[in-house]
Amino acid sequence: MKVFQVLKPGLFTTVQDLGRYGYLKYGVPISGAMDTVSLVAANFLVANNPIDACLEITLIGPELQALTKTQIAITGGVISTKVNGQSVPMWQTLEVQEGDVVAFGKMESGCRTYLSIRGGINTPLVLGSRSTYVRGGFGGVNGRQLKTGDIIEGFDVPSFKVEYSMPEELVPQFTDHFKVHVILGPQADMFTEKGIETFLSSKYTITLEADRMGYRLEGPIVEHKGKADIVSDALLPGAVQVPGNRKPIIIMRDAQTTGGYPKIAHVITPDISLLGQAKPNDAIEFSSITTYQAHEKLREYYKLLNTLRRMLVSKL
Amino acid sequence: MKTEPYESARYLPFGDSALLIEFGDLISLEVNRKVIALYEAVLKAAVNGVEELVPTYRSLLVRYNPLKTTYEQLVFMIKDIENTLKELRVGEGRKIVIPVAYGGEYGPDLTHVAQRHGLIEEQVVKIHSERGYRVYMIGFVAGFPYLGEVPDEIATPRLETPRLKVPAGSVGIAGKQTGIYPCEAPGGWRIIGRTPIKLFDPLQQPPALLKPGDTVKFKPISEKDFKMIEKAVLKGDYAPLSEE
Repeated sequence: MKVFQVLKPGLFTTVQDLGRYGYLKYGVPISGAMDTVSLVAANFLVANNPIDACLEITLIGPELQALTKTQIAITGGVISTKVNGQSVPMWQTLEVQEGDVVAFGKMESGCRTYLSIRGGINTPLVLGSRSTYVRGGFGGVNGRQLKTGDIIEGFDVPSFKVEYSMPEELVPQFTDHFKVHVILGPQADMFTEKGIETFLSSKYTITLEADRMGYRLEGPIVEHKGKADIVSDALLPGAVQVPGNRKPIIIMRDAQTTGGYPKIAHVITPDISLLGQAKPNDAIEFSSITTYQAHEKLREYYKLLNTLRRMLVSKL
Repeated sequence: MKTEPYESARYLPFGDSALLIEFGDLISLEVNRKVIALYEAVLKAAVNGVEELVPTYRSLLVRYNPLKTTYEQLVFMIKDIENTLKELRVGEGRKIVIPVAYGGEYGPDLTHVAQRHGLIEEQVVKIHSERGYRVYMIGFVAGFPYLGEVPDEIATPRLETPRLKVPAGSVGIAGKQTGIYPCEAPGGWRIIGRTPIKLFDPLQQPPALLKPGDTVKFKPISEKDFKMIEKAVLKGDYAPLSEE
């Protein structure tokens, strides 16, 4: 079923779901929504499953025309959105009619906004996921970002309406200063004590080289003990590697699956999702916690994802 | 660089959902065999909480679900498996033949590689294609195999300035490694030839033709054969050869 036609694609708009798991050994990255929490919330707000695919909108939003009557929700980075010229709120179910134009403006805070469609976006499953992996050219709409004229397909859904909203106190607020938790390692022993101390006590800035593959940081140098190269081993989103120029790089969801720079630390899972809302020039600070502490935070995070649906207010 | 494998494997936390087991910091058959042996044994043991395994040159990444197991429990169970491996012999993996058209527009750096080593192009082709190469790992881009090791006679460092676009199928050399670009990508490997066969297809299961532990042998083909195989691949009529 055709749900939307793309009138303007925005800066970088892709189809994303929770990600593509199980193919790292073939060199296929996990991909998926950069801000998992906002994706899941967007899905729940239109009675979807958390695994359904949404549009991920980056910094400058698209303009879409509805080809059928449907329900949508907008979450994540704060962006002004108008339906037929009328401003509409985020974090609640919205209804659009055939012919309506949904126009997104510029990001006001955060970096990525999610648009869910009732029933989920229907692009083919590729290796178990609908997420777009642009570098590999597969997933989403023809393996690429949206362009003008694209049609967004959806699924047939039951005709009854839903009407949910997120209680205001639960709506995440994004700043331009991120404080993230890391677990040191696996190759922290390749850095001097001073290097690790600098890494954990300094404020870094996200450079313009920041996208779905990773964020290059600017700030005080992180000193290696000796060489700055290792024989390549595996990478995962959240890994913080420090190459020869001694400036950290945070690996994100579309990064290559192997890499040859030592990894000083790894961002914990809930904070990787948070970093999905980080953009160039934002500040970032790292603090180290133990694996045990990280697992406590991870349990809280999974609990949040699992209970988001119950926390929504139904107006019907 | 440490030139010896570690005396015992290093078990290291890799974020909140993975464990890294390092066997050394070098490219060596011995180290990679240990990686693949542990990979296969952990896979077979179906360890509780393990979600995914990623074997590389010299380490095994174990992605796990911390809601199902703890880090300590996982380390304990995998060390147990590692200990049983000491007496095991490892198989040599599958042998797969990759047809390659060397030189000309398919291999723009073949001349450079030959000149650098005082060889003629045919000698480089012969040396490159007469031995089997181990697939040490898949990485960089989906389906890209890191193969080793190229003999010193033709080993050549990467380009100083990488190309913005290397065509799909390109076969390259980087130091003592050789590899194949499954799709068009930027890259600095010295390109000596091209294969018409598909190394990665996200619509197939498994999506990659090769896996770590396999042995690859290159077979020189003519431009005419290249075009013929290319057509067969497009029609889905080409089955990669394996060698007995």
